Amino acid sequence: MIRATGAILRKDLLLELRTKESVPAMTLFTITVYVLFHFGLDRDSLDGEIASGVLWVTLLLAAVIGVTRLFAAEREQGGLDALLLAPVDRTALFLAKAGALFLFLVAVEVVAVPAFGLLLLGPGLGGTLPELLLVLLLANVGIASVGALVSALAAETRARELIVPLLLLPLMVPLLIASAQATEPFLRQDQAPEDLGRWLGLLTLYDVVFVLLSVAVFDYLLED
Amino acid sequence: MPALPLDEAGKYVAGAYVAFLTLIVVYVAILGAKIARIDREITELVEDEK
Amino acid sequence: MYSKGLKPLSLATVVTLATAMALVFFYAPLDADQGFVQKIFYVHVPMAIVALCGFVAGGIMAIRHLRSGDASWDLRSYVAIHISIILGVGVLVTGSIWAKASWGHWWVWDEPVLVSFLVVFLLYCVYYPLRFSIEDSERQARYSSVFAIVAGAFVPLNFAAVRLAESYTHPRVLSQTGGSLPGDMRLTFLVSLLAMALLFVTLWKLELTAKHASMQLKRLRRRLHARVAA
Repeated sequence: MIRATGAILRKDLLLELRTKESVPAMTLFTITVYVLFHFGLDRDSLDGEIASGVLWVTLLLAAVIGVTRLFAAEREQGGLDALLLAPVDRTALFLAKAGALFLFLVAVEVVAVPAFGLLLLGPGLGGTLPELLLVLLLANVGIASVGALVSALAAETRARELIVPLLLLPLMVPLLIASAQATEPFLRQDQAPEDLGRWLGLLTLYDVVFVLLSVAVFDYLLED
Repeated sequence: MPALPLDEAGKYVAGAYVAFLTLIVVYVAILGAKIARIDREITELVEDEK
Repeated sequence: MYSKGLKPLSLATVVTLATAMALVFFYAPLDADQGFVQKIFYVHVPMAIVALCGFVAGGIMAIRHLRSGDASWDLRSYVAIHISIILGVGVLVTGSIWAKASWGHWWVWDEPVLVSFLVVFLLYCVYYPLRFSIEDSERQARYSSVFAIVAGAFVPLNFAAVRLAESYTHPRVLSQTGGSLPGDMRLTFLVSLLAMALLFVTLWKLELTAKHASMQLKRLRRRLHARVAA
């Protein structure tokens, strides 16, 4: 199964490298939204709660774009039927898709987080960087698993582009709560992690629940 | 906020309970209409069969 | 098949509802802090609890559907979620009225139950567009069940998260649903809860009967027309 996962994952990553469809779009989207927030909030610099909120809401909205496109290649070129006919373990398919989405998110954040620091953030990012990276990592796991699940759930519907955001965003509310609350102290003038354990705990719980749930339920999706 | 005087509070409480009962009544009415339609169509079918 | 026991059940529901309302207005004492407005609590909170249990029950029925392949479990799951959404509208409306009467605003973010319920409600509203945008009926049922399971698992997780966040930013102002209710209030609340639960089951059975009858009718009509055509 590990081999199957690796194979599908490699195919998706190569496809993305070649076509450059999801990651650049998601990255461009986040930077554009930062600019929108500058005009919308009429602020030159943000800190604390508002900064944390803007950072995370933007990331989640960008994730919606990635999720909508996650099974796009299979749908458009009919690869989905081929995948399903081959004796591929559904769990491998899920792990590969979630893994791909995870890596896409990391790639986006490599640009988007420094861009946020440059464009909108008042205090610097440096002080609590390791903790911030930990929060981002845990959050990405959550977004990737829920995203892969929602993408598969919406894969067969006609109204895919509408269903994905409507499903994904409420499901990510606990993740948003934990991530924004955890990040908020990092983005204050006096940077110091506060109550981090509680929010990391919630994030981890969320990740565990959704990974297990998705693996359990993925067998019933994309069947034929 | 201090508790509202009885006459003002009464309006809100009444509103809440009326909303609840209206919801149920409307739902049961819609359901009743649906069942009536099914009944009617069964009668039609029986007629058709004859 | 579904309408077994419907008459006595409906009767029990109406009796319990009437008893509950009598208790609320003639037996339960006036709350010291909130005054008469607190009476809304006896309709708002039981509705919320029953709706949330309905969502979770829908998820459990969905699990049975996927495991057995029996489509009747999908129907049960669908109806449970459908009724919970309708009760959900009631929860949000009564919650809003309560907020206005208690704090002067038609919406407050301090009440974790209400806020969490809003998120859950928004999620479950997507059940209909998801379900009805899938044309193949077997696939429609299967995907709806997956949604019901994921959303059902999401409900407690979301409540925990919102509660954690609210207790952090807004220290709990009210503990209405806490166990610290005086005896006569507790009795009234429990009877109201029972009434709401009975109401849910009655409406559930009613809707199931109607849907089942409608499906059988379609089947009969098709058979009849096939025979006529032959």
